[in-house]
Amino acid sequence: MAVTTGSRVVETTRVLGPGQTPTVLDDTVNTPVLSGRTPAWWWAGFSISALLLGLYLLSVVHLITSGVGIFGNNQPVAWAMPIINFVWWIGIGHAGTLISAALLIFRQPWRTSINRFAEAMTIFAVVCAGLYPILHLGRPWVFYWLMPYPNTFGMFPQFRSPLTWDVFAITAYATVSVVFWYIGLIPDLATLRDSAKSRFQKLLYGSLALGWNGSARAWTRYMRAYLLLAALSFPLVLSVHSTIAMDFAVSQLPGWNNTIMPPYFVAGAVFAGFAMVLILAIPLRRAFHLRNVITVRHLDNAAKLLLGTGLIVVYGYGIEIFMAWYSGVEFEVYMAYNRVLGADHWWAFWLLILCNFVAIQPLWFRSVRQNPLALFVISVFVSIGMWLERFVIVVVSLTKDFLPSAWFNYTPTFWDWALYAGSFGLFGTLFFLFLRLLPAVATTEMKELAHHDAHHGSDYYERIRREYYGEEAEA
Amino acid sequence: MNDAHERATDRSDPLVQGERLDLASIRARLERERGEGFWRSLDEIAETHEFQEFMRKEFPRQAAPLESSLDRRAFLKLLGASMALAGLAACARPPAPREQIVPYVRQPEEITPGKPLFFATAVVEGGYAEGVLAESHQGRPTRVEGNPDHPASLGAIAPTVSATVLSLYDPDRSQSVLERGSARTWEQYVAALREALEASSDGSGVRLLTETITSPTVGQQLRRLLEAYPNARWHQWDPLRSDAPLAGARSAYGEDLVPVYDLGAADVVLSLDADFTNRGPGRLRYARDFARRRRVRSAEDDMNRLWQVESTPSPTGSLADHRLPLAPADIAALAGYLATEFGVAGAPSTGLPERVPEAWAEALIDDLREHAGRSLVIAGLDQTPAVHALAYALNEALGNAGETVRFVASPEAAPTVQADDLADLSAAMQAGDVHTLMIIGANPAYTAPAALRFDEAMALVERSFHLGQGFDETAALATWHAPQAHVLETWGDARAFDGTVTLTQPLFSPFYGGRSELELFAALLGEARTNPYDVIRDAWRARVEGDFDAFWQRTLYRGVVDDSASSERSPTLQPLSGLELPPDAELVLHVVPDPSLADGRHANNGWLQELPRPFTKLTWDNAAILAPATAQALGVSKEDRLAITTTEGEVTLPVWVQPGQAPGVISAWLGYGRRAAGRVGTGVGVDLAPVRSLAGPVTRVSGATRARGRHRLATTQPHHNLDGTGERRHIVRAGTLAELRAEPDYPTFVHPVAHHESDIFPDWPYDSYQWGMVIDMTVCTGCNACVTACQSENNIPIVGKDQVLVGREMHWIRVDTYHHGGLDDPAFYHMPMACQHCEKAPCEPVCPVAATVHDSEGLNVMVYNRCVGTRYCANNCPYKVRRFNYLQYAELSTNASELSLANNPEVTVRSRGVMEKCTYCTQRINAARIQAGNEGRRIRDGEVVTACQSACPTEAIVFGDLADERSSVSQAKRSVLDFALLEELNTVPRTTYLARVSNPHPALDPNGGA
Repeated sequence: MAVTTGSRVVETTRVLGPGQTPTVLDDTVNTPVLSGRTPAWWWAGFSISALLLGLYLLSVVHLITSGVGIFGNNQPVAWAMPIINFVWWIGIGHAGTLISAALLIFRQPWRTSINRFAEAMTIFAVVCAGLYPILHLGRPWVFYWLMPYPNTFGMFPQFRSPLTWDVFAITAYATVSVVFWYIGLIPDLATLRDSAKSRFQKLLYGSLALGWNGSARAWTRYMRAYLLLAALSFPLVLSVHSTIAMDFAVSQLPGWNNTIMPPYFVAGAVFAGFAMVLILAIPLRRAFHLRNVITVRHLDNAAKLLLGTGLIVVYGYGIEIFMAWYSGVEFEVYMAYNRVLGADHWWAFWLLILCNFVAIQPLWFRSVRQNPLALFVISVFVSIGMWLERFVIVVVSLTKDFLPSAWFNYTPTFWDWALYAGSFGLFGTLFFLFLRLLPAVATTEMKELAHHDAHHGSDYYERIRREYYGEEAEA
Repeated sequence: MNDAHERATDRSDPLVQGERLDLASIRARLERERGEGFWRSLDEIAETHEFQEFMRKEFPRQAAPLESSLDRRAFLKLLGASMALAGLAACARPPAPREQIVPYVRQPEEITPGKPLFFATAVVEGGYAEGVLAESHQGRPTRVEGNPDHPASLGAIAPTVSATVLSLYDPDRSQSVLERGSARTWEQYVAALREALEASSDGSGVRLLTETITSPTVGQQLRRLLEAYPNARWHQWDPLRSDAPLAGARSAYGEDLVPVYDLGAADVVLSLDADFTNRGPGRLRYARDFARRRRVRSAEDDMNRLWQVESTPSPTGSLADHRLPLAPADIAALAGYLATEFGVAGAPSTGLPERVPEAWAEALIDDLREHAGRSLVIAGLDQTPAVHALAYALNEALGNAGETVRFVASPEAAPTVQADDLADLSAAMQAGDVHTLMIIGANPAYTAPAALRFDEAMALVERSFHLGQGFDETAALATWHAPQAHVLETWGDARAFDGTVTLTQPLFSPFYGGRSELELFAALLGEARTNPYDVIRDAWRARVEGDFDAFWQRTLYRGVVDDSASSERSPTLQPLSGLELPPDAELVLHVVPDPSLADGRHANNGWLQELPRPFTKLTWDNAAILAPATAQALGVSKEDRLAITTTEGEVTLPVWVQPGQAPGVISAWLGYGRRAAGRVGTGVGVDLAPVRSLAGPVTRVSGATRARGRHRLATTQPHHNLDGTGERRHIVRAGTLAELRAEPDYPTFVHPVAHHESDIFPDWPYDSYQWGMVIDMTVCTGCNACVTACQSENNIPIVGKDQVLVGREMHWIRVDTYHHGGLDDPAFYHMPMACQHCEKAPCEPVCPVAATVHDSEGLNVMVYNRCVGTRYCANNCPYKVRRFNYLQYAELSTNASELSLANNPEVTVRSRGVMEKCTYCTQRINAARIQAGNEGRRIRDGEVVTACQSACPTEAIVFGDLADERSSVSQAKRSVLDFALLEELNTVPRTTYLARVSNPHPALDPNGGA
């Protein structure tokens, strides 16, 4: 089946569309990066992101001059939207590492075309996430007190606090993600360096490529380092969100104090991460003409993960309610009741069920999984659902805890929303800069894949699958 | 400062020459141009270019405010700058004459820096004195506490009295003598007044209006003044004082007597709408005596029984063993019924009111009869004189007179029925008979019912002279106004509820240049010595036999004049006749003084505005308080606006639905809608003047309909109900004395659930003190005394209505009030809630920077400097007692107003972004530790008294060393009633509670009784 007929693209379910030679890949991925012309869609997206970034900066300035009271937090809801957004963003940041590291280790060749931008997404999401806990402090200018460093106070952080664990988890994750991403970029940067035309590009890619010469020795060491880093970052996929789940699980607040929190948060993070991968990949493959590189097959696989992790998350909701009832503890029982039927926030729970449970059910059908538009819509639902999940956990639990005398409702303010919208600006600005300046697809790995495809009739898994379904081989 | 001032005046004016300004020259210029009394119109000079230049250079923060998100507070801060300049003139005032005041404790040779001195004096509210000890740090009063030697205090203090230090420094207090808005001097004021008096040599056309006067010296001065001007007349008007006890005594005994109750001797108390622990001049004393007869620690203890009928839930009523919400007419009818039952001659009776169950009335009558001579009937201040007369007669009939109730001559200098007094004055003014009106302290332009048209009448008076602490509604209408000194700023004397006299001493010279009425009257009498110190000394020298200086020292030291209580009378009850009971009405409006603002005199006091009122927990607003049934009948719910029409007029109030309110009664608080209270209080709430009547606090409502719109009410505790999940949480443990006696060793109601202790963290080792607290829920009335005392001691900022609406009030101690058992007639439980200082504190392990830690004496301490504000501790606190500075609530030293002078120097002022909470008054523990260390001993039991504990009128709070087995707190903890809140969480709190015990009449006890 021909894939490209003029500008018309026919979707393929293969990991790699046919006719993808190293030259073609360079043309599709690297040429737009090196091109002097910037497409209009980029300018549009970048401008909107930059405007939102401006709102972010304005919010931060207002926050630092006036205090954290510009948000809607109160007593008893001492944590609210900034923490929800923090957990939301860090959850999104999970897919990147999972795709790059875990799937590499599990030898899933379909990861190659999406790992680069998924990793970028991870890093930018971690940036957005990591700023929230700092901005959320009463005195953000002393955030470094949370880190262990020799100081004249003779004080170390308090290691029993999950927030201290958070600091380690997030900084480790951010560091490893950046290093892993950068190592993966080096051969591609060298390719860009070699075909760079302007002085700026030569300087930029030349210095970033770290003198990569493409020798066999360099490749051997590179591959080994990459695999080692992958092995190093794989546990982080589990640890980061487990640690963030501890922020809640360690406390004794009904609705937070659950042992299921760590695995349930990890599943939720993968769920949210893949939803965001799809939200970014679907427009991206269209804008960059990457439909032969990021194929329907990738979408299908991501959708399956979405469905699988989504069901784990929904199981978590069920178990929370069951455990509340089974514990027989009035505070837990009431917490569950308040979540599901409470007068103030029942809507949040049921919207969450709609987004995270009902909306993913169509993914049982292959036709839906292979329909980019449907996937995009479902992913948006999931992203909203995962935000609501954190709202239900963080805010709804806090509004009504032990003593009814202290119960109080929470209303977000303009600045809560401004900082959230602004964080999209931060993410978008970074992401658009990434798209313009760096290859969004790991061309080196794609070339390797193309080589296998051409010479060894690769795609072993594809063959198995086709045999299983009794399909005919594609051209 | 004074020298600088003189130097500056010697120089030529730098303003003219355009030199750089200094404070002294500004002051000099102000002095020269306007004199001392200029400061009200400071904005005038602020408009000059030079002044603005000066402001920009010296106070850049004020010249260009960074942001305006916090209107009220930002405004106050701005005010700080302008007023700080105003205060400069105060520094340059000529030195005050040397007068000696005597400290309460042994005076050191000279003041020890860092060590406060205490002076016994009194705060006068509604004319009556409540003894206080004023704390002074190097000459700066920062706090008042109750005076244990004063019979109306016994060491306790009411919230309004605690808050008086904030009013003392209120920058909105009047600071200048004015004649129709133009600055004058005090001498001119006095001269004008003397001229007005002398214009009619016999005083005809001259009227004087004061608040209630109990001061023997002022009373004497006024009598002399009236002798000198025989046709002048003196009126009194004070909305806080009820006419009913006096009017009732006049009809029952034919004399100007007032009752003094001995609640310590009463086994059974029937309160006819009397909030005796919380209102009226003897409240603190009555609360103490009542609580002492009520406290239960074990099954052997005995307790009194309180029967309460009332229209709106009151702190006293919430302790009642039998409480019945009744409309005022029903309460009066019940009084009449009981009087008839006990054979009081001439008692009007319409039979037992429908709303009183017969069994209830029977049990009550049995109980009173059984305890004849040891029972007590008290009528409430809002009841009619007839009810008071009936209550007096009932006490006579029960043989209580002379046992639980005594009568003394009214401590007032001239007891009158003030409603009539004000009406007379108003009528005379309207008739044009008054050409000179002196108003001392009172604010009739606001407090008089609108129907009197007092403001219009004032316009008909040729010359009116006002002496008051604020430039209030009355000052605005008066021809002349002069600032009045605060009671902590001047000499004086006043009587307590039982007649005991306190000589009030000034803690410093008047901060804003106020003058005492003693000085004014002395000047009018043409005395040579008008200084209040001389006046008061001369007056008492004449009264005291023997060594005057010894008397003076002793009296000032103790805060009471020995043996000055009014002597007991033995009046004979006259046959009652002509007593009329109020007619039954479908709906009445009951106007009550605000629990915090009183009649509005405290409206500019932020602590009091933000004090959550008992039961409703409302702040910054008054409301139409309705029973759920009434609200349903009127078709309104919380925060709707209700237009209420009475015979007097109409008013629109937001609705508050209050369980336990009597159906058919709308209660509303006085003291709101001030038009000229100051920046904090002006325009807060709704003025009730249009619907008030001089005939009494209860008026018939002819129409109540829902008005358009809604009004958001800022309440600090939105969920009060303990039914359903609340009950299953076992927060409140309550039982009856009979239940306690049935299970004397381990009462089930105290420990409804078993719990198992377990913890992964090891126990803390202790080798020293272990502080702990016990709060007795049986005697806590929820009066808020602890809240304001804590606010004053610990520099707790106010946040304003907007911040309360979003749930950010800062009080370290709050009184949780729960109700249980139906909406119409629930039981009320008060649970003061501050940091519990848990042994296994959930807040400690979650702080990433170790800003909240356990100390070696068991305290859970907050290290403000270390706190970065993650607020995780607050999330993990199951008691939700931690308070966070979401914004800059406290005044910073860079732009503090005078209000910051009320701060306790022993306690850090917290900045934004840090967490805070109750510290068990750690500064007091440290002071005691230093003292004990110097004397080489351990801290004694009772040596450390927390602020909340010291204020508590019912001694519900006990604090001390748990390591000492004999300490009172250890003894209290050994009570079988002791329980830890949320003990199943294994937080092991150091503050525990004694379960609430009630003593219902056996015939009415659902569990069968003893």
